[in-house]
Amino acid sequence: MKAVISKKRQVVVEPKTKDSIYDVPVLVKALAYTITTLFALACLYPFLLVVAVSFSDEQVILENGYKLIPAKFSLEGYKYILQNAGQILWSYGVTIMVTVVGTVLSLFIKSLYAYTISRPSFPWRSQFTFFIFFTTLFSGGMLPKYIINTQMLGLQDSFWALVLPGLCTTMHIIMMRTYMQTAIPNAVVESARMDGAGEFLCYFRIVLPMSIPIIATMALFAVTMFWNDWYRAFLYIVSNTKMIPIQLLLQRLETETKFLQQNAADFGGSTDAMQQNIPTETFKMCLVVTVVTPILIFYPFFQQYFVNGITVGAVKG
Amino acid sequence: MKFLKDVKTNLPLLIMAAPCFIWFIIFHYLPMFGVIIAFKDYNYVDGIFGSPWIGLKNFEYLFNTSDAYIITRNTILYSVGGIFLGIIFAVSLAIVFDMLGKTKLSRVNQTIVLLPHFLSWVIISYFVFGLLSVDKGVFNNIIKAFGGEPVNWYAEPKVWPFILIILSMWKNVGFNSIIYYSTIRGFDLEYYEAAKIDGATWWQTITKITIPMLKPTLVILFIMNMGSVLRSDFGLHYIITKNSGMLYSVTSTLDTYIYNGMTGLGDMGATAAAGFYQSIVGFAMVMFTNWVSKKVSKEISLF
Repeated sequence: MKAVISKKRQVVVEPKTKDSIYDVPVLVKALAYTITTLFALACLYPFLLVVAVSFSDEQVILENGYKLIPAKFSLEGYKYILQNAGQILWSYGVTIMVTVVGTVLSLFIKSLYAYTISRPSFPWRSQFTFFIFFTTLFSGGMLPKYIINTQMLGLQDSFWALVLPGLCTTMHIIMMRTYMQTAIPNAVVESARMDGAGEFLCYFRIVLPMSIPIIATMALFAVTMFWNDWYRAFLYIVSNTKMIPIQLLLQRLETETKFLQQNAADFGGSTDAMQQNIPTETFKMCLVVTVVTPILIFYPFFQQYFVNGITVGAVKG
Repeated sequence: MKFLKDVKTNLPLLIMAAPCFIWFIIFHYLPMFGVIIAFKDYNYVDGIFGSPWIGLKNFEYLFNTSDAYIITRNTILYSVGGIFLGIIFAVSLAIVFDMLGKTKLSRVNQTIVLLPHFLSWVIISYFVFGLLSVDKGVFNNIIKAFGGEPVNWYAEPKVWPFILIILSMWKNVGFNSIIYYSTIRGFDLEYYEAAKIDGATWWQTITKITIPMLKPTLVILFIMNMGSVLRSDFGLHYIITKNSGMLYSVTSTLDTYIYNGMTGLGDMGATAAAGFYQSIVGFAMVMFTNWVSKKVSKEISLF
């Protein structure tokens, strides 16, 4: 009940009163706005620069360098992506598959575990919590993980190398558990149990729908984590070009400009066109823009849940 | 018998927890036993558990090179600097956001500062290249506009400690500040109202109410961060620096060292020893910080 009351206060009372608590002098307020706005601009600037370059003319870039306002507008970079879409489209497909499969699997098994350790009737609550918590204190580290994943599990160059090692995060499970404990009165679950609903039904029909803010927050984390993941691909995708996600493609493009040319033949791109005038500079930045844009589109949908999900989930850490 | 009865009544819950439980066994607990590789002469054919034991030879080899000192120093300096600066900046920003309240401009700013957290280091490395590129970068354009000589940033070790710290702040401060901000917004309003009635100024409200109430959260986060004092952000130190050999003296950390060793650019034994040392010291650090925190204040500790 406590959580319900405090949630109510947050929604109804807080916006009206908290902001009038501080009697901040105008000068301090102006300074505060300036600092936060400058920091926000610093966060935005590199992205705007990349967008500007992506719409610039290759020749002008080579002569004048990167500029925030394109001296000569051009869509050559984007045209080039469309013309040579082979590997790029394929890598996009890999990334989308990894993100969808990874997010769904990850949310499912994490929330099931969180539900179990949130139930007061479960006798091994604290042991099960410690079991996952211990992994944040002690870790085998990069090398044993790499050897086990490649040699014992045979994940090298496989799709599952991109999905499986990233499924669970201790902090996220604990936040979900805390949310379930505080935002959902135990009486609700208990009475459903009395009426004969099984644990799985309680989880699926009662607890999950009532945990939407935390699930949405976790979905945001999972989606961006899988979408942005280059690390696992970097470690495990060695020779299989069919499994290169878009982030690894970008990373390889940066170090080996010839990468796309070498692989063009495998993916039906026209090698002749590539040897001619490749708008290398603008083309790379166009690719960066196409990789970041989905995140920008995606994240306002989840942001509305974000602060609420974090606040309730993190009350007890 | 009570145990068997408990298992029987809680079977559905145990089954529900099983996938995640098995995942942790495979991807965390198995590698934990894998740290014994540091005491073995590892070869591919025999694997971790079959390779012959060689005692402390790997450690002797590692600590006889100058690498051990450089990578330890870099890792610790970047982590400790990052932990302290990160907390100071994020908490300050959170307090400023709380002070400004939910005005339109403030909300827009809050949304924007979260953004870098949701970008990968690969993407950010393109951003950084846009600024630092020798012939086309923004920084060199500015230097040239003022008549200076262009700088080859990727071969200039002395600027990299600053670049790495600034980038790590740029990526994480916004996100952490929103976490602190939501914690502060969750504090009981009565304290603030009472302070206002007593005539507290805005500065007193911040220093006498907000900061003391944040303290337990900060201490717990600090203890948890201490466990990663020998870990570094691999993407920041490897991708952003383009693994440039000329920068190794200031950019290489235990993680980049282990990665290079793992992919065949270094000695496997020394790499395994470095990994073991990283895991054990990290564990000891959390235990130690937690113990200190328990001594200093009875209530605040992780466990």
